[in-house]
Amino acid sequence: MSSAKRFDILRTLLSVLIALAISFLIILFVSDQPFEAIKYLLIGPFTSKRNLGTVVESMIPLIFTGTGVCIMFSANQINLASEGAFHVGGLVASCVAIYVTADFVSPVLALVCAGLVGALFTAIPAVMKITTSTNEMVSSLMINYIALYFGTYMINNVIGDPAASTASYALSDASELPTLISGTRVHLGIVIALVVAVLGYFFLYRTKIGYELRLTGENGEFARYSGISIVKVVMISQLLGGFVAGLGGGVEMLSPIYSRFTWTSLLGYGWDAIVICTLSKKNPLYTPLAALFLAYLRTGASIMARRTDVSLEIVQITQGIIILLVVAEQFLSKYKHRMIAKESKAALKEEEA
Amino acid sequence: MLESILTPSFFSSVLRAATPILYATLASGVASKAGITNMALEGIMLFSALFGVIFSSLTQSALIGLLLTILCGALLGMFLAFFVLNLKTDEILAAIAINLMATGGTVLILLAFSGDRGVSSSVQSVATPTVTIPIIKDIPFIGEVLSGQNVLTWLSLLAVVVMHLLLYKTPLGLNIRSVGENKNAAESVGINSRRVQYIALILSGALTSIGGFFLSGGYMNSFTKDMSSGRGFIALAAASMGGNTPIGGFLVSLLFGFAQALANIMQLKSFLSYEFVLMVPYLTTLIGLGIYYYSQKKKRERLSGK
Amino acid sequence: MDNQVVLQMNHIMKIYGNGVVANEDVSLELRKGEIHALLGENGAGKSTLMKVLFGMEAPDQGEILLNGNPVTIRSPQDAISKGIGMVHQHFMLVPSLTVAENIILGVAPKKGIFIDSDKAVKEAQKIAEEYNFDVNVTDRVEEIPVGLKQKVEILKALYRGAEILILDEPTAVLTPQETEELFVQLKKLKEKGHTIIFISHKLDEIKKICDRASIMRNGKSMGTYEVADITTQEMSRLMVGREVSLTFDKNEQHLTEDVLMKVRNLTVHNSQGVLKVDDLSFDLKGGEILGIAGVEGNGQTELINTLTGLNKKYRGTVEIKGKDIAKFSIEDIRSLSLAHIPEDRMASGCAGNLTIQENLFSNQYKDRKYSGRLLLKPRAIEKRSDELIKEFLIKCRSRKQNVAMLSGGNIQKVIVAREFSTSPDIIIANQPTRGIDVGAAAFIRQRLLEFRDAGCAVILVSADLTEIFSLSDRLAVMYKGKFAGFFTDVEKVSEDELGQHMLGIKKDDVLEGVLYE
Repeated sequence: MSSAKRFDILRTLLSVLIALAISFLIILFVSDQPFEAIKYLLIGPFTSKRNLGTVVESMIPLIFTGTGVCIMFSANQINLASEGAFHVGGLVASCVAIYVTADFVSPVLALVCAGLVGALFTAIPAVMKITTSTNEMVSSLMINYIALYFGTYMINNVIGDPAASTASYALSDASELPTLISGTRVHLGIVIALVVAVLGYFFLYRTKIGYELRLTGENGEFARYSGISIVKVVMISQLLGGFVAGLGGGVEMLSPIYSRFTWTSLLGYGWDAIVICTLSKKNPLYTPLAALFLAYLRTGASIMARRTDVSLEIVQITQGIIILLVVAEQFLSKYKHRMIAKESKAALKEEEA
Repeated sequence: MLESILTPSFFSSVLRAATPILYATLASGVASKAGITNMALEGIMLFSALFGVIFSSLTQSALIGLLLTILCGALLGMFLAFFVLNLKTDEILAAIAINLMATGGTVLILLAFSGDRGVSSSVQSVATPTVTIPIIKDIPFIGEVLSGQNVLTWLSLLAVVVMHLLLYKTPLGLNIRSVGENKNAAESVGINSRRVQYIALILSGALTSIGGFFLSGGYMNSFTKDMSSGRGFIALAAASMGGNTPIGGFLVSLLFGFAQALANIMQLKSFLSYEFVLMVPYLTTLIGLGIYYYSQKKKRERLSGK
Repeated sequence: MDNQVVLQMNHIMKIYGNGVVANEDVSLELRKGEIHALLGENGAGKSTLMKVLFGMEAPDQGEILLNGNPVTIRSPQDAISKGIGMVHQHFMLVPSLTVAENIILGVAPKKGIFIDSDKAVKEAQKIAEEYNFDVNVTDRVEEIPVGLKQKVEILKALYRGAEILILDEPTAVLTPQETEELFVQLKKLKEKGHTIIFISHKLDEIKKICDRASIMRNGKSMGTYEVADITTQEMSRLMVGREVSLTFDKNEQHLTEDVLMKVRNLTVHNSQGVLKVDDLSFDLKGGEILGIAGVEGNGQTELINTLTGLNKKYRGTVEIKGKDIAKFSIEDIRSLSLAHIPEDRMASGCAGNLTIQENLFSNQYKDRKYSGRLLLKPRAIEKRSDELIKEFLIKCRSRKQNVAMLSGGNIQKVIVAREFSTSPDIIIANQPTRGIDVGAAAFIRQRLLEFRDAGCAVILVSADLTEIFSLSDRLAVMYKGKFAGFFTDVEKVSEDELGQHMLGIKKDDVLEGVLYE
């Protein structure tokens, strides 16, 4: 491993530690029972089988959107619509799951539709970029809200169950993804998520088009000079990123956690995905690891929120600090420089000898 | 339909709806003029909406509450500047981080402050007053549009003028514009570009915070979780469509206010269901962006003589 | 002229971080009120010397004396406050501001908290009138022509009290009329006692306006001369010269029957609409190296970008292996077995944050050897990477090292390895050895010759005349978008003659041997 890579890992770990330390400080500040709170945050997930199950279960959506964002960001397409793609994915999956009741067909069809609609969704900024050269970042921010209110419209007017308050009709039993471990809600989705992360890695690092994506993401001018079609890369990266995020929304909706479509606000998985992408250095293979970390933190935080006076949202602050520190180029850059200089000196000596 | 649009109360609601976006648009404009995309507007606005409620209830004064909120907004702008300019963090990712911290931080702070979850129902905040100016009041139509507007709406109109003067009539404005357009040129005549960008981002944070304050202390009377609901993002788009100038930003903000007010009326007349009304600002922005960028693209192509 | 010395730069040495010696014991002396030419080819070290004077680079050795007193110039501000002004080749102007605003930028007159814009306009006008510059100071800079922009730059320096004025290739962007106008103005400045350093490689202009000329070559001073006492021929010989003769065993030439590349009446404008390639025609056969010499900026970049498909806006025809490439994508053109070594290796030749291996296959990953329908074949790619690293002597720790971590010469070897490994029929090499170490350069040149011997057609654009002389079979000189000279017998061309063509002193109207018809 080169010193630069080693340094990167070290810096990421240090960033995470600093972020945790700052969060603890905040807890000390806002809470009347800070040590209790920190204890639950750190070891809460280990207190029961069910809690451990919650960790695994909350990894699932994070892996999906994280992988989607890794794919889009690898091609340097700053499309932030994975949030909305996840939302419409869940919506479409529940629409299918409500009306299709056949075993096996129901979940499969629901998931395929969720992925496809997610892809079409993130393709909107891509098409706008290609045809009108609109910056994909701003347009993707807008369509997230359109997805949200479209979902609310559907609940209130199309798939809403008059007998329930702001919820759709119940999803068919056939559509529910089976639970894998009894006593928890760990469901088949974790397997699909892991497969998607591995496939995402395979796509980016082993296929021709994945190679084109990364090349374009690192240096678009070089990709063009090499004969790669930039339009194709812009389109495919965003279609695929949206597919994965949409699929994630579908899986989440079909999980044992939900029995009806009830999302009347954006769930934030698209933004979490950026933390995942930052921690995994745009490599989908590492997204489960990053997701595990976030999921653990969240499960701990929600236990903490139930037992003490600190709210769950502390996690978002931790996440924010992690992004800031991991991405800050100059953070610890002095040491990086020293490390590299030392190494090249050593290499020189070796050569002379 | 038409008769309900051409009323003073309609235009009055246009102004009301445009106010928070206008502040953020001015904020985005000044940051862009200095060469930085400030996507953290959204988070700063959300923080400010909460701070507004807290500070005004603590001091039982809207004015002191506002001033303290502006101070916090400025500090958040400085925070962003520190990461972007000193630590060379990607400005988009830094903004995403701040926005995330705002989403969580506001809920956390509110809970710690009042024990409320998500809505500041138990906080006794002081809303900003509405203002009617005697002479203007008597002008037909316009008087009716402007009278009884919130003091912050009046202030936003003033802010347009102030920002215009600042950017185009003062040495600082000249420096901001030159740093944003050609950093090398500015530095070659001894302008400290980092300092100028710091000032622009601090200003940007302060302006956004007034918009946030208005959300919870004028437009509404309390803080609700995620209440900025993308206004910071819309402002980002609005500012770029307005060429990042205060006056252009003002006009585009009015357009948003107009679209919003129109949608409200259409809902009242049940032309449009409630959810689509909520969608209007974002849809307007999306379409506006498409048209704007397309015309810019055509213009560039004409210039290069294709 | 009282011959009073205002500035001395003594024994300046500047070595850049990457080990390039840009200035090696260079001295320069300015007399008050003279126009002093600084003459040299691209890369001769003129710019570095001026950067040292203007405080943009710190010298490693040497001293600067201003009016006899030693000074240290730490920054451009420092230089400005000492009365030194510089007009950069790329203007340091803010386009959306007015002329007056640009002139007063950073030192604006104030009225209360506002800019006193009346006073600003007046002051700008006053200085423009004082020096007889015909500029409307309330115009926006983006709307005025290039010639005026340059005047604004000069006024900017004068407003800040510049006594010594550095002009970096001021005429490069001007029309002949604008150039005339500039010269009138420069003479007036001189009369007012300003001292001017005029950087150029246009000999006729130097003859016309300069008093003395200091000539640089390869980072060294070639002496200072009274312009009246030296001929343009002598100047060009001093400036363009072969340092060491390279010895290559060039084999006898075997031209192929077919014309591999056929260019007719090619005309290209750049994005600003300036004519860069002017009605150019030539043929190229396998088994030869066509060298293209010329001072940078005479259309070489635009020509190469068009031949390789990077630029699609042109008139005329380009045929490669008998196929018109007008509708061909870059991929299509590359699949005609064309390789391209780009001019700027970091901007378009590689992706620094990807590994050596990933950089070695950007032009051939679709080859059946390295990929199937969907997947890459990692084992084949890895094996081939190791082979190429060995074959092209790329110094690295492993194929997984990021390209940005390598030295310039090794990065260039990665690019060359990639382009050469497809066994191309046509190689377009733009500055293939610029800024890299001697060993790597020799290696790349040797390879180019091997390809020529194997029947490959090569176009070699280079600023390195030694390279051009020793490799080319036919030699074209580009000047203002045209071939100003064309030689089929390269060995008989003298450097003098080449220099005169490059600098536009000599132009051949009839070119022989450009076409094979």
